[in-house]
Amino acid sequence: MSTASKDMTLTGQPPASLNRSQKYATGIAIFGLAILLLATFNISFPHKGFWLSTSLISLVLGVILFSKGAYRNTSEGIKNDGVWFKSISNRGFWAWVTGLSLTGFYTILYFYPQYLGLRKGTENTGLIALFDPLSKLLSGNSASQWFVYGTLYTVAILAFGIKFIWKYRHNRYEKIRTISVLFFQTAFAFLIPEFMARLNSDHFQLPYYDLKSVWPLNYYLFQEYHVSTFVSAGTIGVVLLVFGILSILVITPILTYKFGKRWYCSWVCGCGALAETVGDPFRQLSDKRMVAWKVERWVVHSVLVFVVVMTTAVVATYLENNSTKYWLTKDVFLIMVGSFLTLLLIAIWVFRRKELKKDARYGAVGYLVIILFLLAIHYFSGTTLFLFKAETLRTTYGFLIGSIFSGVIGTGFYPIFGSRVWCRFGCPMAAILGLQQRLLSKFRITTNGGQCISCGNCSTYCEMGIDVRAYAQKGENIVRASCVGCGICSAVCPRGVLKLENGPLDKRIDSKEILLGNDVDLMRYLNNQ
Amino acid sequence: MRYRPIFMEHVVIIGNGISGVTAARHIRKQSNCRISIISSETEHFFSRTALMYLYMGHMKFEHTKPYEDFFWKKNKLDLIHAHVSKLDPAAKLVHFQNGGSLGYDKLILAVGSKPNKFGWPGQDLQGVQGLYSYQDLQSLEQYAPNNRLCKRAVIVGGGLIGIELAEMLSTRDIPVTFLVREPSFWGNVLPASDSALLNKHIASHHIDLRLSSNLKEILSDGAGKVRGVIIHETGEEIPCNFVGLTAGVSPNIDFLKDSGIALGKGILVNRYLETNVQDIYAIGDCAEQKEPIGLRRAVEAVWYTGRMMGETVAQTICGKRTAYRPGNWFNSAKFFDIEYQTYGWVFSGKNKNDMEQHFHWEHEDGTKCITVAYQKDSRIFLGINTFGIRLRHEVVDRWLNEQQTVDFVITNLMKANFDPEWYRKFEISIQSTFQKSTKQLIS
Repeated sequence: MSTASKDMTLTGQPPASLNRSQKYATGIAIFGLAILLLATFNISFPHKGFWLSTSLISLVLGVILFSKGAYRNTSEGIKNDGVWFKSISNRGFWAWVTGLSLTGFYTILYFYPQYLGLRKGTENTGLIALFDPLSKLLSGNSASQWFVYGTLYTVAILAFGIKFIWKYRHNRYEKIRTISVLFFQTAFAFLIPEFMARLNSDHFQLPYYDLKSVWPLNYYLFQEYHVSTFVSAGTIGVVLLVFGILSILVITPILTYKFGKRWYCSWVCGCGALAETVGDPFRQLSDKRMVAWKVERWVVHSVLVFVVVMTTAVVATYLENNSTKYWLTKDVFLIMVGSFLTLLLIAIWVFRRKELKKDARYGAVGYLVIILFLLAIHYFSGTTLFLFKAETLRTTYGFLIGSIFSGVIGTGFYPIFGSRVWCRFGCPMAAILGLQQRLLSKFRITTNGGQCISCGNCSTYCEMGIDVRAYAQKGENIVRASCVGCGICSAVCPRGVLKLENGPLDKRIDSKEILLGNDVDLMRYLNNQ
Repeated sequence: MRYRPIFMEHVVIIGNGISGVTAARHIRKQSNCRISIISSETEHFFSRTALMYLYMGHMKFEHTKPYEDFFWKKNKLDLIHAHVSKLDPAAKLVHFQNGGSLGYDKLILAVGSKPNKFGWPGQDLQGVQGLYSYQDLQSLEQYAPNNRLCKRAVIVGGGLIGIELAEMLSTRDIPVTFLVREPSFWGNVLPASDSALLNKHIASHHIDLRLSSNLKEILSDGAGKVRGVIIHETGEEIPCNFVGLTAGVSPNIDFLKDSGIALGKGILVNRYLETNVQDIYAIGDCAEQKEPIGLRRAVEAVWYTGRMMGETVAQTICGKRTAYRPGNWFNSAKFFDIEYQTYGWVFSGKNKNDMEQHFHWEHEDGTKCITVAYQKDSRIFLGINTFGIRLRHEVVDRWLNEQQTVDFVITNLMKANFDPEWYRKFEISIQSTFQKSTKQLIS
């Protein structure tokens, strides 16, 4: 039958995607959004505290009622019916509307905060003024655009977190993980820094510090003004600074060794929290092609190199400007950084070279040469820092990576590229954790013998674009740098093939030619056991 | 450039399902021979088991392809999108329906199955079909796109495809009447208590489950389309716009009738998966074992066995003649929200012999249970069914090989647990139920 249709499109015709209670819920949420929009267009609300509460409560209530309409009358289990038929989750009209609105919001937030009502020296107006009462309640200060963003961010994670928990109520791993991200976002990212600001006075100043935001994700942690405020805050400030350094050098490696990078990316991190809750309806949009993986590896590791160079330059400049204050001089610091990176790479080369693909080897050596070359230029020339000024590097990084990549593209394009574009292609923290997860960690996703039927649910719903099936159908454990351990592949698998586990390093990666279930002799013969 | 001999053996594989593609991949790993894969179903290999997720909107067709489209060229696997109408073993040729032919040195038949039709009146009407191929899915989309055009669907045959079809249709809010010949769903395969749990679960999904019900006739609307069915036992007429025939599948071998290849229910093969004709092999759903392997059926239309035959025949083709010797039986499925796994043999009441004893545990929420089969006197563990609990294949497989006792298995059950982290564990409840039932037996 050579006339078989080559057109592979199927015209799915699902039942109406919104039921009546979901329509009411959408209306309530739109009402909450409308208050914020009116405020943005300088409609001055008389009782700001009341209207802000009404707006935020309407938004949360709308999402909760929407979830109720979606999941209340359903049995416990996977809820992916019609995902590819709906406009919002299949890059349709509503996906583009949402994507463009979010992108617009981020552009204004980062580059034109005056349109949100930010005023220097005088009272705020517009949207930011609406948030003043809440900000004064928490920290005692007027709101900024970042406070508005932080509040909306946390509210969104709370509301969609509840939706996510409802959707995956049969899955305890997902429930506990979501409660964890809700907690860290609300307490560590939102409330604690505001309360810390309350301690500030004229002679005592702590920098804004989200304790769980680790360098290099928190790329401004070691900037001059930040370090200066830490140091001038006395013992508490120094303790916080030391905690920041220990976070990346000690705490992170230990936890990643024991649990994989998921302890951070899908249990603690704020970006991860947004991706896993608000971004959940878009996880299937990630690009699974091999070529996307190749691009990902070069881009994310380049960002890592960029942030390392940038931070080294910034700290070196700081030390140079304050050369009389510390025992640590610029030159000693640069030599330390250079030696550390060299030793690290030598260790990887000696112990893990066989696990690195050819391009990874080229990349590792290439990047090390570039970094050492830059350090050397600086060390010997003395005046100019690297090829650019440290400040230029810092602002370029902040603009390109901090604003455009993580915000405008990373979150704004959720409905087009999927929910983890930033985490996958851009986050230097994820890159560090990923390197460790791939090379020195107990974490893996175990494949269950020969039970895989290659259906593709796991790959489809992997937000990081990992072709999970490619491993599962080979009977191979999934050990990938990018895996954030969200656990959804395991949840959607209809045959119980995948399990996230921390286990022994021995035989963690075990490629098989013949899967379990066939002739034992043949398996032994071909699997080289 | 890889070394290529001047004379290259040409291996032709008919069928691009899991069996044929697995064979092709494994031959390519060991040989530089020319490999052609012929299929009229789709241009590229896709996972047949995932067809249901396309209709349900969980995935798009591209997601069901286990290998990206560049894979085939990169591995020098020639794909031919055509239908084979006839074989000429004497001339070593396959003939295509639209003309033309292709020569082969070795031929692997991996042609799969087709849905069973038992001669019911009206079985060839429009809107009456099985669910096996990509074309079946397209036709389902045509006749049951939504509940306005399809006011009710009737499914005939209570097996794995039947319940999948019921789940699919229910996601589009199409009311489903499910006719099952046995007094309990899949009762010819599952022990009664396992099957009873599924009956309840099916009903909880608003499926009109009719047990002990056979199809008598499919009614036409006069224009060649289905308008209803009549139930044999009651004579009741059920109006419907779609009938799913899911009473099993049988080998798709009609085109081989005059080819000289020995046929039974399927293509008869020996342990080496060789047919009676030199250089022709058969694997997967369409192969019928001449001598039975253990307690296995002669024809096994299962994903896993297809894959294993593909792995095996590739060795033979590449010069290491290897017998097909599958290990312990295993399988899995999902019934709406309940996952099912089985390892070893757990027979239904109808099929089990007196020496096979069962231990059954069920959770009070009605979505989880296990049944362990063991030999009455020796207490040797024979097999296990689990519903709503995942088991570790490797561990259970090892226990079966080691011929552990049922007592050992229940005591160590936790070691075989494969549920996600933080899930509630039921082993303690299972163990205490087991101890109680053992005491009762002794006293």
